[in-house]
Amino acid sequence: MDFHLSKEQEMLRKMYRDFAENEVKPLAEDVDENERFPEETVKKMAKLGMLGIYFPKEYGGAGGDVLSYVMAVEEMAKVCGTTSVIISAHTSLCAAPIFENGTEEQKAKYLPKLCTGEWLGAFGLTEPGAGTDAQGQQTTAVLDESGENYILNGSKIFITNAGYADVFIIIAITGTVVDKRGRKSKEISAFIVERTDPGFSVGKHERKMGIRGSSTCELIMEDCVIPKDRMLGKKGKGFALAMKTLDGGRIGIAAQALGLAEGAIEECIKYTKERVQFGKRISQFQNTQFQLADMYAKTQAAKWLVYSAAMKKQNHEPYSMDAAMAKLVASETASDVTRRCLQLFGGYGYTREYPMERMMRDAKITEIYEGTSEVQRMVISGGLGIK
Amino acid sequence: MKCIVCVKQVPDTSGVVAVKADGTMDRAAMATITNHDDLAAVEAALRIKDATGCKVVVVSMGPPPAEGMLRELLAMGADEAVLVSAREFGGSDTYATSQILAAAVKKVGVDDDDIIFCGRQAIDGDTAQVGPQIAEKINVPQVSYAADIKVEGKTVTVKRLLEDGYMTLKVQTPCLITCVKELNEARYMSVGGIMECYQKPLAVFDYETLKNDPLIDVDTIGLKGSPTNVYKSFSPPVKGAGMMLEGADKATCEKLVDILNGKHLI
Repeated sequence: MDFHLSKEQEMLRKMYRDFAENEVKPLAEDVDENERFPEETVKKMAKLGMLGIYFPKEYGGAGGDVLSYVMAVEEMAKVCGTTSVIISAHTSLCAAPIFENGTEEQKAKYLPKLCTGEWLGAFGLTEPGAGTDAQGQQTTAVLDESGENYILNGSKIFITNAGYADVFIIIAITGTVVDKRGRKSKEISAFIVERTDPGFSVGKHERKMGIRGSSTCELIMEDCVIPKDRMLGKKGKGFALAMKTLDGGRIGIAAQALGLAEGAIEECIKYTKERVQFGKRISQFQNTQFQLADMYAKTQAAKWLVYSAAMKKQNHEPYSMDAAMAKLVASETASDVTRRCLQLFGGYGYTREYPMERMMRDAKITEIYEGTSEVQRMVISGGLGIK
Repeated sequence: MKCIVCVKQVPDTSGVVAVKADGTMDRAAMATITNHDDLAAVEAALRIKDATGCKVVVVSMGPPPAEGMLRELLAMGADEAVLVSAREFGGSDTYATSQILAAAVKKVGVDDDDIIFCGRQAIDGDTAQVGPQIAEKINVPQVSYAADIKVEGKTVTVKRLLEDGYMTLKVQTPCLITCVKELNEARYMSVGGIMECYQKPLAVFDYETLKNDPLIDVDTIGLKGSPTNVYKSFSPPVKGAGMMLEGADKATCEKLVDILNGKHLI
């Protein structure tokens, strides 16, 4: 057991923090207010290797580890929820499944450009009728007459990074399978779809409560033709691939939630030391002290759950339950902490002059996307064998 | 071609300045940073590297923890680092420091197309002496206060800041240039750079390594070899409450001017 970061991880933390303070924080208000995707920040992050942190150098990655990636998401989330989820969706939901399931050809084609940020990635699983019930997929992928191409039809909604992504992992139905008892079910597979593929388009942009600068759109596939070598992983294993991808993605969202909570506490401590009422700094009131002590302790508890899930993934140990616990606890902590911090800011916290209301709005989504808190509870109770 | 950059690790004076009971600065209790002007010098060298592919060697004299700073500079893109560290070197003033650094620079080797970079001054000592003294001791031309640098072959064109303007100078390599932080904006370490920085070469030059250089002599290095000695240091007195002058007439204005004059503020 060792709770210390390596020398490299300490240095990475310092670099992420400098970058977040100097490059990300000054834009956060504008990104939120104007629902603006921070393209210039993404370019800068790409240049510094922040879009391929834990992939090997031979694929264009930076050769770091999963925890180093998690810390990047955490540090960006401290100052800007939008920026943190761009890294997370790109890394965990697009580059990771290609790295973990792709053929050598697929990895050689996509990873270098994803890792260096030349291409941005996204993940398309959710459909209007298939959210938590992800197996309720309607999108189809059918081999054409030549047997060389798949034709995709259907749509996806709520896709993070969609407006700016170049590469999409798309889950679709490729047929019907019959189990031993003769019951039919959908055969689900995964595909790599490029933005420029014929018949592929990006639809409506969602107007959201929080993470407003992140690009969340609908994807539309109308007779979208892709070569058959774009299938990712084995035919019929798409659902398992999606679930495994989400396990990893949950660590990223847990890190985002953790960062939001930490960022809110940092801002709140600063504010309560400045604000004077009844002739005292409000940090001198015991209520303020106890509130912040509670929040900090809960956030630290969440932090070690997030870090241990990252370490297990790095060490190739089973981590589904760990990721679910980390996301459940971190996201509920983020919601609770940002709400309580806003209370300590009083009336000013409710205004857009201060970052607290933005952090509170950003925190809520962490309880919903990449599996709702209820889904995490299903995963955890399932892991405990409670039926 | 290569660029040799002399760098100092200094206390972060932008944060809390810790003072010991005896009035001296408590360096151990303060966070350390790379001196701002020196970071500009490193960035200047790295930009030449980006353009020409030359090698960048960073050199720092200091206690062993200064290795951390050197690793960060390697993570930014420097190729090699040298830590000049020995008990004998401690307590040096600018004369002794530049003796030692000049010997270290000579040990790294100065070819006829090389450039040596320093920061204008360090935020802890604030002397701005070490760069020019190194230039004298290794016998190369110097340009201080560089605000723009262009390299064409062996000719370096430098915009040198003056109080009321600037002058443009051409100088032949090998030469020494001291940089101001306005020269550029230093880059961040990259993730890949950080992952590699502990594999890059870092040499430690101790007393044994440098002792054969004629610049290194017990009479010219360390506390004993320093012509100047800090006799006393103390915290400046804290300013009292502000003084209010009543009235908006000429006499009051003259009184204000007298006070400011008396304090040598105007």
